[in-house]
Amino acid sequence: MKISEYQAKTILSKYGIPVPQGNIARSQDEAVKVFHHIGRKPCVVKAQILTGGRGKGGGIKFARSEQEVQDASSQLLGSTISTSQSGMAGMEVRKLLVEEAINIDREIYLAIILDRRSESPMLIISTEGGMEIEEISAKFPEKILKERIEPLFGIHKFQIRRIAQALNIDHAMLSAFSSLLSGLFNAFSENDCLLLEINPLIITGNREFCAVDAKINIDDNALYRHEEIAKWREFEKHEELEAKASEFGFSYISLDGNIGCMVNGAGLAMATMDIIKLYGMTPANFLDVGGNATVEKVKHAFNLILSDPKVKGVLVNIFGGIMKCDTIATGITEAVSNINIDIPLVVRLEGTNKDLAKKILDDSGLEIISADGMQDAAEKIVMEVKKQ
Amino acid sequence: MLQKKLLWKSKNSNVGILIDKNSRVVCQGITGSAGSFHTRLMIEYGTNIVAGVTPGKKCDTHQNVPLFTSVSEAERNTGANISIIFVPAVSAKDAVFEAAEAGIELIVCITEGMPVSDLVKIKKYFALLSAATGKATKLIGPNCPGIITPEESKVGIMPGYIHKKGNIGIVSRSGTLTYEAVHQLTNNNLGQSTCIGIGGDQIIGTSFTDVLKLFEDDNDTDLVVLIGEIGGSAEEEAAEFIKNSMTKPVVGFIAGRTAPKEKRMGHAGAIISDNKGTAKGKIDALKEAGVIMVENPANIGKTVLKIV
Repeated sequence: MKISEYQAKTILSKYGIPVPQGNIARSQDEAVKVFHHIGRKPCVVKAQILTGGRGKGGGIKFARSEQEVQDASSQLLGSTISTSQSGMAGMEVRKLLVEEAINIDREIYLAIILDRRSESPMLIISTEGGMEIEEISAKFPEKILKERIEPLFGIHKFQIRRIAQALNIDHAMLSAFSSLLSGLFNAFSENDCLLLEINPLIITGNREFCAVDAKINIDDNALYRHEEIAKWREFEKHEELEAKASEFGFSYISLDGNIGCMVNGAGLAMATMDIIKLYGMTPANFLDVGGNATVEKVKHAFNLILSDPKVKGVLVNIFGGIMKCDTIATGITEAVSNINIDIPLVVRLEGTNKDLAKKILDDSGLEIISADGMQDAAEKIVMEVKKQ
Repeated sequence: MLQKKLLWKSKNSNVGILIDKNSRVVCQGITGSAGSFHTRLMIEYGTNIVAGVTPGKKCDTHQNVPLFTSVSEAERNTGANISIIFVPAVSAKDAVFEAAEAGIELIVCITEGMPVSDLVKIKKYFALLSAATGKATKLIGPNCPGIITPEESKVGIMPGYIHKKGNIGIVSRSGTLTYEAVHQLTNNNLGQSTCIGIGGDQIIGTSFTDVLKLFEDDNDTDLVVLIGEIGGSAEEEAAEFIKNSMTKPVVGFIAGRTAPKEKRMGHAGAIISDNKGTAKGKIDALKEAGVIMVENPANIGKTVLKIV
């Protein structure tokens, strides 16, 4: 789960990492209040959207007076910002972070990621802060330093010295740098982060550190032990269906095509998307209904697919192992009998109780096209949708 | 490798890898709904379930399987050497540690939704344990369907009846997509030596490469089907191994060619981030290593049939 910059900074402050003075604002008035609260100092007004490349997309504005704070916040609030990473739809700005502007002497890139290959946290550092890490690695790959962190021991002192030397940190600042890195690692591990990035970490004219921007990505599987953070989850407007799916407990991702898919298992769901593409059409969604779906859950999943206006046909591909095919069949018939669907529905059911499931579908008297195998299913749904 | 293999298999057996009909299985979380249901199905398949573990046990047996309050007690009393874990994600780390501490040699963790930092700790502990005792503990999963050596033993949640004894090894990050592949093989009269679902999480106990090594050394396996998906670099690492050390033919499929970037596709590990872990990168690496790649997931069975 990605969290906003101001939320990330809330976590960082708890671990003693210096961040600019500031606060969140949801309206112009609130923005002005924050401006006064930080002593009417020159400030930055930053759109709180969950995407990188915000600055280039016009989501960060500088303001020196109350009027400028008002102007900046009125421009930003309610606007939609598209960045290189936000996707076509862009993201609506609902919150701003107003914080003091920091005078910059140097910018450093600092991050900890959970590295899948070495199966441990990895510290990534570069002298070229302020740029996106992708850009740094494209332009200055030699200026990126990686230090594997031993999960049981944290960052060793010698590693801190090595990093400080590589970054050319003043000896006088070493102890502050050391506590910053220790705080960073504690914040990373105690909050089950997958990514914790400070970019840039500023060295001010007064030779102090300050985390000017921060990005945190938390392991969804660990949210049960971080109740406060779990409450921060927000969905964008265009993610309405994703939000509903998460309520019902299955994974759903909206895509651009016309064929709605209901599949059990993530791998089979992706393979189903791929085979639709091979037969010349595009899937409208990824939907893994899970291994323990009930009739209710299947009904919800089905209604969710149909609530997407793009959908011109539905393909159900189930390999029942734990999940029984008759459960799926009952869910589908109950969902379909309640709503009038005028688009083709192709169902492929294989595995436990598939004969019983076929009987349920046949006896329902509904217009359901049954398929034998994945290929048959893909061919049939594509043919039926093209017919329309 | 052969020595390690014999730890888990009876010495005179010669079927598949890691498990066979003499494997003695303890089920952790046997009284929960999933544990209970699948214990019944495993017993029906012929798996030798010797013990169940449930911390607050109220009776002596469950589905005629003797119950114990701890894995070490179960191990002492029954000689269990394999564990299957069904406990919820919140307690799964503890369950894995308990099994490893009790000397269980192969731990199959079905549980979905474990925090990745738990896996970091587990893998670290396994490395320390193996350095200290000289014995290797193996974890399959988490978030996996388990392992089956057809007509011998099933330590997992896969539907048993789709399998058939034979000489094709299967290793996969997916559950139902593995069933799909097995089904296609069996329909083409191609039996399987052993099928392993290694799990869909970011960090897992046993990698593609670990399993490929075992299949390469296994006399009963003639060909391996590898089913990967987007995210991470496990397939690229497997490609390295195949290129350098594998003599047996490998047929591969990668799911997620149409998956969007930066979206987690159901599995915690199935995500293309910073343009890394794409299907194309994996397909290219495996092709380069000589793997016969299947483009259409409906053609896995047919492709294998052409080769054998």
